[in-house]
Amino acid sequence: MAEMAASGESPEILFWVGCAGSFDDRYKAVTQAFVKILNKVGVSFAVLGPEEACTGDPARRAGNEFLFQMQAVANIQVMNGYEVKKVVTACPHCFNTIKNEYPALGGTYDVIHHSQFLQELINKGKVVLQGGGEFKGKKITFHDSCYLGRANDVYEAPRDVIKALDVELVEMKRCRTKGLCCGAGGAQMFKEPENGKKDINIERTEEALATGASAIAVGCPFCLTMMTDGVKNKEREHDVKVYDLAEMIAKDMGI
Amino acid sequence: MSILPQLLFVLILGAAGYILYKRVSFLRRNIFLGKKETRNDQSDKRWKTMLLVAFGQQKMFKRFVPAFLHLLIYVAFAVINLEVLEFIIDGLTGSHRIFAPFLGAAYGVAMNVFEFLAIAVLVSCVAFLIRRNVMKVERFTKPEMKGWPAMDANLILVIEIILMFAILTMNATDQLLAERGVEKYTLLNGLVFSSLIQPLFANMSDAALIAIERFAWWFHIVGILGFAIYVTYSKHLHIFLAFPNTWYSNLKPKGEMQNMDEVTNEVNMMLGIASEASAEPPAEIGRFGAKDINDLSWVNVMNAYSCTECGRCTSECPANLTGKKLSPRKIMMDVRDRADEVGKSIDAGGPGLEDGKSLLGDYITKEEINACTSCNACVEACPVNIDPLSIILQMRRYVAMEESGTPAQWNAMFQNMETSFSPWKFAPTDRFNWADQVKSEEVK
Repeated sequence: MAEMAASGESPEILFWVGCAGSFDDRYKAVTQAFVKILNKVGVSFAVLGPEEACTGDPARRAGNEFLFQMQAVANIQVMNGYEVKKVVTACPHCFNTIKNEYPALGGTYDVIHHSQFLQELINKGKVVLQGGGEFKGKKITFHDSCYLGRANDVYEAPRDVIKALDVELVEMKRCRTKGLCCGAGGAQMFKEPENGKKDINIERTEEALATGASAIAVGCPFCLTMMTDGVKNKEREHDVKVYDLAEMIAKDMGI
Repeated sequence: MSILPQLLFVLILGAAGYILYKRVSFLRRNIFLGKKETRNDQSDKRWKTMLLVAFGQQKMFKRFVPAFLHLLIYVAFAVINLEVLEFIIDGLTGSHRIFAPFLGAAYGVAMNVFEFLAIAVLVSCVAFLIRRNVMKVERFTKPEMKGWPAMDANLILVIEIILMFAILTMNATDQLLAERGVEKYTLLNGLVFSSLIQPLFANMSDAALIAIERFAWWFHIVGILGFAIYVTYSKHLHIFLAFPNTWYSNLKPKGEMQNMDEVTNEVNMMLGIASEASAEPPAEIGRFGAKDINDLSWVNVMNAYSCTECGRCTSECPANLTGKKLSPRKIMMDVRDRADEVGKSIDAGGPGLEDGKSLLGDYITKEEINACTSCNACVEACPVNIDPLSIILQMRRYVAMEESGTPAQWNAMFQNMETSFSPWKFAPTDRFNWADQVKSEEVK
């Protein structure tokens, strides 16, 4: 972003990478896949790079409002400084926070999740799919992330993206408004769960495996981690893969 | 004709009215122990929500069988209560079935409808008793339902069954008397359902029938008044509170947490940003987050009194499903029980909120609130739009900001965020490293 601003360019969108997208080895691949799609399609975009900081979502959900607002205000100052109008992110937590919670602190942007952005690209014919590639005809199930689904009522965009791949989309018993959390939201990603009889991601993974799908599609870095761990726990990593939507599209496009 | 029954009726009605007034004042005051919050925006949308969710029972129908049985009871309650108006006029004036002559044949039709609904209520209540006590549907047998809550639910069902029997008995004997031409009793053409139990009474004398008919009449009206009072002590308050509760629903996206403006002021001052509010002297220093009911909003407390303990929230809570202690229903029950406790203490001239107890600690533990994934499944599941998540998150704020009592791993996450602007400990300068690979691939 800094480079573009220095050369007087103002990109159409800001791609908010998020901490997982920047640091988590698995999710970095998602960031790369999404960026390749953007480059291929020729979308004018920028990232903040080292100027980006955590949105503050986990701090706020863990109760630390001060820390949240410090992070938020710093981010808003950066974004307002670059006169950012439109933000796209591959993380539902970042999406929810920037879209719904930054306006109260002076940061109002048009924020969309990458599933919505991909859906737009497909609908506009900018992304032309090759018919599913390795996914063609396979059973794929989609795991709703809470912060995309219930929190923001985005249920169909990710499904439309998957369907565009010419696959068989199979639903889990609990889906859409009734979707079961992967267990990582509300800052749970950053601590061990409380005592109980089972981990939430195992419960959810069992449900996903019960569909007989060969891949579990997600749209959230935390869900990706939790479901991947769940599949490993069930020793099914050889025949069931967990992918982000952007990865599936990029694979199909051969990039 | 003695005027005694009328006098007695006036007395009972007056006493019931007085007790109800006291109870409603008590509940109202308890609800307003919560903090002020204005939620009067978008009134069109609010009326619509109330019509769909409370009046139209929209969210109940996510589970069809209980929704259908519940609908029968709900419709019966609304419709049969029309008859209570006649009961009251009859009771006050000493008349009998005062509407019958005015409505003619329509009256008989109405009575048949009422009888049909009474049967529907009977069937539904029996089905509900079976679900609770024989099938033991899981959400009705969670730990927080032990004792009074389970008893409360069964009592209501039994009372409703008895009240419906009273109506049918009254109509059956009433019509037998009318057929025999006993004075004051009006013959209605064919009451389908109560005539089925008429043979039970057919051999009795007129006097015995009159006694039974009068007893059933009194039992029914006194029962209804008693039930109205009972409701104010019970989870059954939802029959009234569902309406305001849905009107005051949260209309914002569920994922949005309410901003703490008092924190914003301080953050802005620290960062040297001028804000509209920072010029004002700091408001009265309150608590950050919620420790007790007076730290919550009044809407949170109303939510608690609207809860009918159906447990749909708990049955969809990922933490509860996997055996953690958290139960969103218990959170709501705890808020209500604490509000009741404080209210009673105030009324008895006691210490009220200063009784050395608090919602967090004495009712709700950190283990419960820490287990929440903020997934909003409970909020989505609630048939009357109760928001347990809001309460959980406000308590987390108290723990984090007033007690510094968050779990150690969260404290570590806070520290990472403070020092490296990410919940994980990575150098902020490495944030763009992912791009190296993309760039190198592009060069190729």
